[in-house]
Formats: sequence, C-alpha cells, structure tokens
Amino acid sequence: MAAMQFGIFSVGDVTVDPTNGVKPTEHERIKAMVAIALKAEEVGLDVFATGEHHNPPFVPSSPTTMLGNIAGRTENLILSTATTLITTNDPVKIAEDYAMLQHLADGRVDLVMGRGNTGPVYPWFGKDIREGINLAVENYALLRQLWDNDVVDWQGKFRTPLQGFTATPRPLDGVAPFVWHGSIRSPEIAEQAAYYGDGFFANNIFWPKEHYQKLIAFYRKRFAHYGHGTPEQAIVGLGGQAFMAKNSQDAVRQFRPYFDNAPVYGHGPSMEEFMAETPLVVGSPQQVIERTLAFREHFGHYQRQLFLMDHAGLPLKTVLEQLDFLGEEVVPVLRKEFAIGRPAGVPDAPTHAARVAAKAAEAEATEPDAATV
Amino acid sequence: MTAPVRIAVVSAGLSQPSSTRLLADRLAEAVRLGLDGQGREVEIQMVELRELAHAIADNLVTGFPGRALRDAVETVTGADGIIAVTPVFSASYSGLFKSFFDVIENTALAGKPVLIAATGGTARHSLVLDHALRPLFSYLRAVVLPTGVYAASEDWGSGDTALTDSLPGRITRAAGELTALLGRAAPAAPSHSADDEDLEFLPFDQQLAALRPNA
Repeated sequence: MAAMQFGIFSVGDVTVDPTNGVKPTEHERIKAMVAIALKAEEVGLDVFATGEHHNPPFVPSSPTTMLGNIAGRTENLILSTATTLITTNDPVKIAEDYAMLQHLADGRVDLVMGRGNTGPVYPWFGKDIREGINLAVENYALLRQLWDNDVVDWQGKFRTPLQGFTATPRPLDGVAPFVWHGSIRSPEIAEQAAYYGDGFFANNIFWPKEHYQKLIAFYRKRFAHYGHGTPEQAIVGLGGQAFMAKNSQDAVRQFRPYFDNAPVYGHGPSMEEFMAETPLVVGSPQQVIERTLAFREHFGHYQRQLFLMDHAGLPLKTVLEQLDFLGEEVVPVLRKEFAIGRPAGVPDAPTHAARVAAKAAEAEATEPDAATV
Repeated sequence: MTAPVRIAVVSAGLSQPSSTRLLADRLAEAVRLGLDGQGREVEIQMVELRELAHAIADNLVTGFPGRALRDAVETVTGADGIIAVTPVFSASYSGLFKSFFDVIENTALAGKPVLIAATGGTARHSLVLDHALRPLFSYLRAVVLPTGVYAASEDWGSGDTALTDSLPGRITRAAGELTALLGRAAPAAPSHSADDEDLEFLPFDQQLAALRPNA
C-alpha cells in the first residue's frame, strides 16, 4: 500500500493553443481528458481527478459520467474530483452517483468537496451565493447521513425534507468514498474537514505557500482537537503545477507562451515572478522533484500530491509527454524520498481496501466477546 | 512609554515630482507636528502607488499580492491612521488609487481614521473629495475626517482670501482633526496582518447548530 499517492487534476478548460491558434472542440477536449487519465495509469500514477464546472470554456459538468468511463478502462487508478460542488448539487444525487461509481470502479473512488469558482452557478442551480458556507455545511451533513445510515429522516434549511429515505446503491462494502474538503481561503472548510476527520486538500496553485501553511496548520490543529489523532495524523493533500523538459531552458521557452496567455494568471506577473511566489515549476524533472520535496518541509508529511498538467491550451501530445516525465522520472524519486524519515504514526494515503479493513478491525474490537456472554 | 503612532500615507501621484506627493508630504508633516505637540512619537510610512503599479495589476489578475504589494497593504492595514491622496482623473480618483484599495480586504480598514485629499488642475473638481473619496472610505467603514483637502494648481501660489482658508490653513485644520482623533485612541493592534497566527472561525458544532430547523 502506498504511503503517498501521486496523480493529476484537471480543470477541463477548452483554451486556444496560443502558439498556433488551435482551439479543440468540446468533443476533442473531453476525449483528451480521458486519454490523459488512461495515460496516468499507464505511467504508474495513482490518481486522476476532474473538476466540475457548469459554464464554458469548461467541459466537465458531469464528473461521474467521465470517471465511470475511465473506471471501465483502468485497473488501479483512483478516480477523484477537484472539486465536487457540495453547494449547488443535491446531496442525494451526490450520494447516489458516487456510490454507483464506487461499485463500478471497485472502490477506486474518492471526492474533493468544494464550493465552485463561478458566482452565477449558485442562482443557476436555485441557490443563494451568500449561503455558500452554510450550503457546504448542511449539504455535507446530509450526504454523510445518506452514506452512513441505511434509512434517513432529514429536515434542513435548504432542501426538501426526507422521511424514510434510502440512498441507493448503498456504498460498496458499507464504506463510503473517502472525502477531502478543498478550500483556497475559508477556515470554515478546514474546520469542517477537521470535525469529520476527513482529508483537507489545498490546491496550492494560486497563492504563496504562507497562505496554505496557515490553513493546513489550522486544519491539523483542529483535527486533533476533535479527537481524530495527532495533528501529524491529519490527512493532507496538495496541488502543484509543473512543466518539464530535459533541460530547464527548453522548458521555460516552451511553456512561456502558455503561461503568458493562461486564463487564470496570464497577462499578469512574469513567469519568473510567479514561480518565485507560487509552487509553479517550469524546468527539469530534477527541479520539480526538489520543489515538491520542499512541500514536506512547509506543510508536514502528507498523503496525496496532485499536479495540474493539462491546461492553458497545451496540446494533448505535449500533456502526454509531460506525464511521461512525471511517471518515469519524477514520481519514482518522490516516492522513495518521501518515504525517508516518514514517522510510523503518519497515516498512509486512504484507499477503499484499507478503510474496509480498518472498519472490520474496529467492529471486531468493539464486539462483545461471545465466550463471556 | 506608549508605542509610536503609525501613519500610512498613500500617494497615487504619477509624475515626478508630483503635486499629489507634495500634498501628501505636507499633510504628513502637519500630522507629525500635531502629534509631537501631544508628546507622541510618530512613525510615518509612505506608500507610493506608482512603484506598485505593476504589482497592483498583477494582483487584480492573479488574486494574490506579490511581496512588495503585500508589505504595502500591511503598512496600510496595520496603521493607526491613514492619509490618502489621489490626483483627479476623469472626475474621480485615479484608477490606480481605486485599484489599490480594491485589493485590500474590504473589512481591513474598518474603524481607521482616514484623512482624504486630492489634487487637480483647477478647483472645479474639488467635490471629488465628497462625491468619490468619502463614499469609498465609508463603504470600507473607515472613519473619514470631516475636512478633506483639495489642492488645485493655483493653490500652490495663493494665500488666504476673505472667503477661504489658504492651502496651508486647510492642511493644518485637517491634520488637527486627525491628531485629535489619534490622540484619543489607543494605537491599533496590527490585527489585519497577513501573518496572523490564528484564523477567525466558528467552531463546527455551532456552525451546524445554526442550521437546524427552528434554530
């Protein structure tokens, strides 16, 4: 079992390739995302996560449809989200869709909950953005009940009450998908993750590390406060972003037009400034290794590292080459190096099999001893 | 021994030398004199937005401040009082001036005394103080002083008239209002520094309880 999981997360943007003006169709982009996921498994990565968006230029509005297709074509890859909109989706539908996916994928499913990045998505789905945090809190509380209890009676502020409702199918082996909570800014979400003993995922892309250090330290402290273990035993996932070539000058030259025109940060700071201020690495695989290993110093030992590799109009062929670098040169070294000095008490990255085993062990420990009855 | 009073002076002048900076310096000096008179030590920190123009635009694009801009924002949000001076562009504050306050958290200036001032070619734009700057800082819940100072080009070469104070007179009056307010108030804790150890949050059981029906 892997102490740490490595993988990629995709926003699913359709963006013009600034070097040649080519814009993929939605169909091409969707197929490319699947090809990228299959490649991730082929090069030995552990996780593929897709975003969820309900507006152009993004294609992944229906994550479980896409992940279901990938599940049928892979053996080991864990399928995840980055992020699932816990605010605007009906928690009943999330419970059912992801339980179904969990069965189809034989347990290779987890989710990152998020609140979305587009204001109008709230009114489009009949919600009020000012209730964003409250929606995340109440919807997730219901989702937990739907997964953990066979029959649910529910009344809340935001949804039709449920009486005697059973979400179907039931989670595989009675163990719901593992949940991470993602947040860029809100301590309330770190608090929520800590309260449930869930994972916390920091996308770690747009802001300087000090910002995420504060959020993660807070999550770890509150995880311990709620009795789930020591702060070091909290489950932390991080994003990261890289573009590689054999030598760093080539990487800089090839990536610069994509950086300069990227929808999220283009036309702003220079690539060099952005690399100095954020985790972006444009350089050799060795530079990516060094930068990523430093995350452990900043955030403590952690469980999952995802990289953003396929955005800003990078053509599929280039992305697949990047995944070769990642799978063949970067991740094997990271696995080895991260294992060095990792204390025994730091939990392994969550998998379905391990969580089923843990649940069985817990049931055994709490069961009254039959011989004494 | 009380801590020095920290005054942040934000100047959005673009030319060098700049009459906006000149006005900012006169105001800062008048405030220093006033606080000296009360026996208070003063620390005046100048924030020249011209030097931060790229960084402010970058922040608008990326959503986070670079190091130099972060320092400037912390200077302003950590100050006990603010002197904010802009040139008038197209009947309002300059875009750079507005953009700087756009990248500051909208609660970070709450309760802070702000002395507003502006410069322009003619006196015809002087109501920019009350039609543009005052509403901006009211929105930010700052305490805007009653006297704002507007300096037209002609003010730099004229004295008192029967109807109005000269520019130095207006500077003295505005600075007096700021020093009076700061003299009464204890120095602000740097509560909005980005290096805050503790994040503000509501414990989760309270968060959940607030959502119970009939709560």
